[in-house]
Amino acid sequence: MKTLKYLITGIVFGIIMFKSEAASWFRIFEMFQFNSFHMYGIIGSALATGVIGIQLIKRLKLKSFSGEEIIIPPKAKGWKNYLFGGILFGLGWGLAGACPGPIFTLIGAGFLPLILVLAFAVLGTFVYGILRPKLPH
Amino acid sequence: MEFIMQPWPWYVSGPLIALVMFFLIFSGRNFGMSGNLRIMCAALGGDKACDFFRFDWKAQRWNLVFALGAILGGFVAAEFLSTDTSVAITESTIEKLAQYGFTDGGAAYLPEQLFSIDSLSNPYTLLLLAIGGFLVGFGSRYAGGCTSGHAISGLSDLQLPSLIAVIGFFIGGLFMVHILFPILF
Repeated sequence: MKTLKYLITGIVFGIIMFKSEAASWFRIFEMFQFNSFHMYGIIGSALATGVIGIQLIKRLKLKSFSGEEIIIPPKAKGWKNYLFGGILFGLGWGLAGACPGPIFTLIGAGFLPLILVLAFAVLGTFVYGILRPKLPH
Repeated sequence: MEFIMQPWPWYVSGPLIALVMFFLIFSGRNFGMSGNLRIMCAALGGDKACDFFRFDWKAQRWNLVFALGAILGGFVAAEFLSTDTSVAITESTIEKLAQYGFTDGGAAYLPEQLFSIDSLSNPYTLLLLAIGGFLVGFGSRYAGGCTSGHAISGLSDLQLPSLIAVIGFFIGGLFMVHILFPILF
C-alpha cells in the first residue's frame, strides 16, 4: 500500500515534469539564455508555494499523515561543496539539459539515449563517493 | 481535457511540484531525486568500494519507487496526455540554437542532434551525453542535492547552503551554454 502511494506520487511528478516542459533540453537552454520566463516561473511559483507551506508547517506545528512531528533536516554548514558541486552539476545540467528527475521521466517518454545519461550519472555519483575524502567540503 | 493535453503553464506546474514535495514531507520523507543515484550505487554493490555507499539503502526504497513512478509518468504524459510535444521556445532561442546547428528548435521536445536513436551511433554525441550525465551525478552528490533537493526543497526552507548550491547551478549552466557551447557545437 505504501509502495503504491510513492509510485502514484512519482507518476504524478513525472507527468508534471513532462507536461511543464521542465524536462525539455530546449527549455533549459532557453532558461540559461534568459530568453523566456517559463522556467523561472516554474521554479519561482514552486518556491513561493513551498516557502508559504513550510512556514505554515513550522508555525502551526503541523503533524505528518502518521501523526508525527515534521522535521525538515537542515543542510550541513559550509559552502565549498555546495558551490563547487553546484557548478559541476550546472555544467552537466546545461549540457545534458536534464536534472535527475527529468532524466527518469525522459526515459519513460521513450528517449532512450537518456539511459546512457543515467548510467553516467550513477557512475559520476560513484566516483564522487570514491574521491570524497580528497575533495574540499 | 483540452487543457491537460496542451503544455502546462508555469503557474500550474510550479505549485504542483510544491504539492508533490509537501505530500512527501507529510509522509515523513524528503523530496530529492539525486538521492536515487546514491541508492543505485549502494544497491549495485558500491558499499564494497567505499564508506559513502555503506548505508541502509533499503530504508530509502520508497525513493526508488518514486523514481520508477517518474519514469511511468513520462510514458503516460508522452503517450496519452499530449497531442503535440513540440516545445514552443522563443524565436530568439530558436535563432541562437540554429547557430549551433540545432535545427529543430520549436519543433521537437528534445534536439534530434543529441537525443535521437541515430545519435547513439555518433561517438562525439555519446561522449557529450556521457560527460553531461557524469557531471550531473558527480556534481549533485558533491553539492548534496540537485534541483529538487536544493532549488525546491532547500530554498523553500530558506536554507543558505541551498542558495549557494543554486548559485553554483547557474554559474555552471551559464558557463556551459555561453562559453562552452560555441566550442562544443
